[in-house]
Amino acid sequence: MKTFRIGGIHPKEYKFSAGKRSQEAVIPKRVMIPLSHYIGAPSVPVVAKGDSVKVGQLIGKANGFISANVHSSVSGKVLKIDDVLDASGYRRPAVFIDVDDDNWIENIIQSKDIIRECNLSSEEIIKKIADAGIVGLGGATFPAHVKLSLPPGKKADVLIINAVECEPYLTCDHQLMMERAEEILVGITVSMKAINVNKAIIGVENNKKDAIEHLQYLIQTRSFEGIAVEPLKMQYPQGGEKQLIDSLIRKQVPSGALPIEVGAVVQNVATVFAIYEAVQKNKPLIERMITITGKSMLNPSNFMVRLGIPLSSIVQQSGGVPDDTEKIIGGGPMMGRALASLDVPMAKGSAGVLFVPATESQRGKMKNCIRCAKCVMACPMGLEPYLLMNQSERSMWDEMEHNCVMDCIECGCCSYTCPSVRPLLDHIRYGKTTVGGIIRSRNVKN
Amino acid sequence: MNKLIVSPSPHVHGGDTILKNMRDVLIALVPAYLLGLYFFGLGALIVSVTAITSCVLFEYLIQRFLLKTAPTINDFSAVLTGLLLAFNLPSNLPVWIVILGSLVAIGVGKMSFGGLGNNPFNPALVGRVFLLISFPVQMTSWPRPIPFSMTYLDAETGATPLALIKNHFGQLPDTLDLFVGNMGGSFGEVSAVALLLGCVYLLLRKVVSWHIPVSVLTTVFVFTGILFLVNPEQYAPPIVHLLTGGLLLGAIFMATDYVTSPMTKPGMLIYGVGIGIITVIIRVFGAYPEGVSFAILIMNAFTPLINAYVKPKRFGKVKK
Amino acid sequence: MNVILISLIALGVIGAASAIVLFFVAKKFQVYEDPRIDEVEEALPAANCGGCGFPGCRAFADACVAADSLDKLSCPVGGSPVMRKVAEILGLSAAESAPTIAVVRCNGTCENRLRTNRYDGVNSCAIAHNLYGGETDCSWGCLGLGDCEVVCPFDAIHVNPATLLPEVDEEKCTSCGKCVKICPKKIIEIRKKGPKSRRIYVDCVNKDKGAVAKKACSAACIGCSKCFKVCAHEAITIANNLAFIDSEKCKLCRKCASECPTNSIVELNFPPRKPKVELLEEVEN
Repeated sequence: MKTFRIGGIHPKEYKFSAGKRSQEAVIPKRVMIPLSHYIGAPSVPVVAKGDSVKVGQLIGKANGFISANVHSSVSGKVLKIDDVLDASGYRRPAVFIDVDDDNWIENIIQSKDIIRECNLSSEEIIKKIADAGIVGLGGATFPAHVKLSLPPGKKADVLIINAVECEPYLTCDHQLMMERAEEILVGITVSMKAINVNKAIIGVENNKKDAIEHLQYLIQTRSFEGIAVEPLKMQYPQGGEKQLIDSLIRKQVPSGALPIEVGAVVQNVATVFAIYEAVQKNKPLIERMITITGKSMLNPSNFMVRLGIPLSSIVQQSGGVPDDTEKIIGGGPMMGRALASLDVPMAKGSAGVLFVPATESQRGKMKNCIRCAKCVMACPMGLEPYLLMNQSERSMWDEMEHNCVMDCIECGCCSYTCPSVRPLLDHIRYGKTTVGGIIRSRNVKN
Repeated sequence: MNKLIVSPSPHVHGGDTILKNMRDVLIALVPAYLLGLYFFGLGALIVSVTAITSCVLFEYLIQRFLLKTAPTINDFSAVLTGLLLAFNLPSNLPVWIVILGSLVAIGVGKMSFGGLGNNPFNPALVGRVFLLISFPVQMTSWPRPIPFSMTYLDAETGATPLALIKNHFGQLPDTLDLFVGNMGGSFGEVSAVALLLGCVYLLLRKVVSWHIPVSVLTTVFVFTGILFLVNPEQYAPPIVHLLTGGLLLGAIFMATDYVTSPMTKPGMLIYGVGIGIITVIIRVFGAYPEGVSFAILIMNAFTPLINAYVKPKRFGKVKK
Repeated sequence: MNVILISLIALGVIGAASAIVLFFVAKKFQVYEDPRIDEVEEALPAANCGGCGFPGCRAFADACVAADSLDKLSCPVGGSPVMRKVAEILGLSAAESAPTIAVVRCNGTCENRLRTNRYDGVNSCAIAHNLYGGETDCSWGCLGLGDCEVVCPFDAIHVNPATLLPEVDEEKCTSCGKCVKICPKKIIEIRKKGPKSRRIYVDCVNKDKGAVAKKACSAACIGCSKCFKVCAHEAITIANNLAFIDSEKCKLCRKCASECPTNSIVELNFPPRKPKVELLEEVEN
């Protein structure tokens, strides 16, 4: 079985919510739909205080190339446009809507019948995806239409679907594949058409055998051509774009380049589902699957959630916050962000909420580096975390750049594996931010 | 619910600790220790207990009263240094020399650089080489292996196989004896089979990677093999070189010391080859019959240079 | 005898040859250096803090000697006396500058600004700032992890463990500006030291709307403009829900401080308040 070739670790899985049928999250009286994305410029609001909106109506327009539209996930009245504390720990603009009823705009097809026919051209598909405000739902939230619009002169050979879900605890992609497999396959066909390839590989880690079998069964019986499912040996961070490409087609994306350099386009499995809904059903990105889980959670479960719903309301529905919780993570334990409060709105990139009990929420005491080289062995990008941390502490930015700090994918393997519990990634991430700033300002000058 | 904790990712840790690594190395050393006790008896016990206690004690005293930092003796690294030092000493060494060696190993070899993780040279070897140069007579009169011997300072001594090779006289023990460890030498280094057992354990527990031991042993085998083929009269067969002296102990336990070995796989291979070549040169052409300690210390000095120039295979930098 | 003679001759020849080589090499590769650079460097405080914008005192001395006028060059550590000396050496005139000092513009003490979460990570403001807004609901104010304390070459700024805010030691601070540069929240400002070290400034940098700021910290500036209205010298500006006092224009009348509803305007080193008439005289003096 395939996997990527450099580094990697094997964290324990703890997929408590695997196989739990997804529930619809109850819509509270007020939602706050974030206008900002993790990547790119915040959208510009196109509604004003007092406007009434319907489900699926455009409320924020993309601002620039790397930005995405935002649509209302509920129907009701716009209360205000104000800053709200989001998962990043900073206040960012959002549209507050007081909910009444559930009126959808007319052209969205709400039935669950599967529509396979798609007679649109590549440009029309990409236009529809851009209009629907779809971003990468794996966590990086990079606008999907940008990924699908190939740079001039480049040609894609293969579409890679990221269904790895290598983060411990999270099961939302797994559940989506179990419940909406056929929609996903149609979404893949549509995406293949958008980038003009006739081959797609779905990369799934081998801990999701039921999903692999289900997809394979559907591909054979419903004759989806050119799509293959590839079981992968479990190893973190296989869900990293570059690692997944290495695993599946044995090509390494050069440093600083995009996957198209090796002829691949990668989309997350949840993203292709959103693409299906946008292209075939005219439904913009207004909801996504999320996992609510944790070791002391009574009922870890998966939810289909409208964007903008406060996380606290979803958590209430799944049995409330466990008593011994001392840390709440938005996302998975390896790359997720610790939340300072549960009153943050559900955003496009939220894949999970993880409750960490008090016994596991604090970091261990840092000791001297014993130069065991475990971080070097674990780094999937072939970097030297111990060295980068030392250089970051001493502000040696030029040396860090020389040692490829910009290749770091912030997967956390180094910190995970360190026997001295050194905060390697903290320092490296800071160094990466600083070096990135230096490089940008240098490029501006030239 | 308490105030929530916010920290940067990752939020989980693999659970590996310094203590676990040191403990695994100690466990890997147990078979060699037991065989050492079997062959050298009471002397081995006295030397090893003295070395371990004095190493731990010196580490504690230096941290407590000189450096005024929190003692780190509970991470077992001083125990390991003590045991490795004892493994490299003849079992009839007077107690005071052992204590002096421990002081140099911990005080000069480790603490003067800032404690665990900062020492450029393997502390146990620093202590051993200090003793070898300061007390050449005591350090090179090896007791003969007598099962369960109850003698200590007055143990009967004899030449080691390497000394026999060096001086071209006497009958070498047969290969089986070499393999089990029925020969003269420092008390922990004699038994090849026990050391290899420890090596397998370390590799299985992923405490060390195969790169250093394999490259050292291969280099020695190939180098002495070439010499043997050129002139079997003058040079000993490679298998004898592999099984005698401190080579296995050095390659498996001393050269792989985390702190003083390179950080990348290609770097480890270079380091191992260097140790192998220097060892053979000292053994065959040098003044001393044995050169593993010197070879490791010399390559320790090269480690920062190797780290600076030998980088791991970066993702995306390979040609198709 | 012969041996000694030969040795002496050999050594003598080698010595002479080396001397000749050295002489020509020194001639050939001689670098002319203005002797005044040494003199200027001698006059500088040798703190090598970089506060002047040059890497170390030597580089600053270089720049001084090369410059035609000293208007744009100033040593924050030595201040006017040192610059006067430098000007004397170079035969130029030094720009007079009022003494300045670093001022921490946050009053989010543990009482004023309740901690709503706990940070568990590297003890560095830069890294915490890279992660999130901070332990309190105010994402503008001091993180209290002491990067300024670490970077200060003069041991002049220390985080007070009771308030978790840095405090500047007026005696030691040379206003080199290192803390200003390192602070990720940009709350430290170099301000005029003021007569008898008397200063008035807005002790807050929160740009959130009044209600949000007030909820996060009871000492926050809520941008209510009361100080702006009361100021007779146009020294106060309000932008982004935040007041700012221009130390060039401020006449230290203290009216704004008594007007501020959240006590976010701080007056330092003033005598205790007296009846109004006497106060005015005090200012005249």
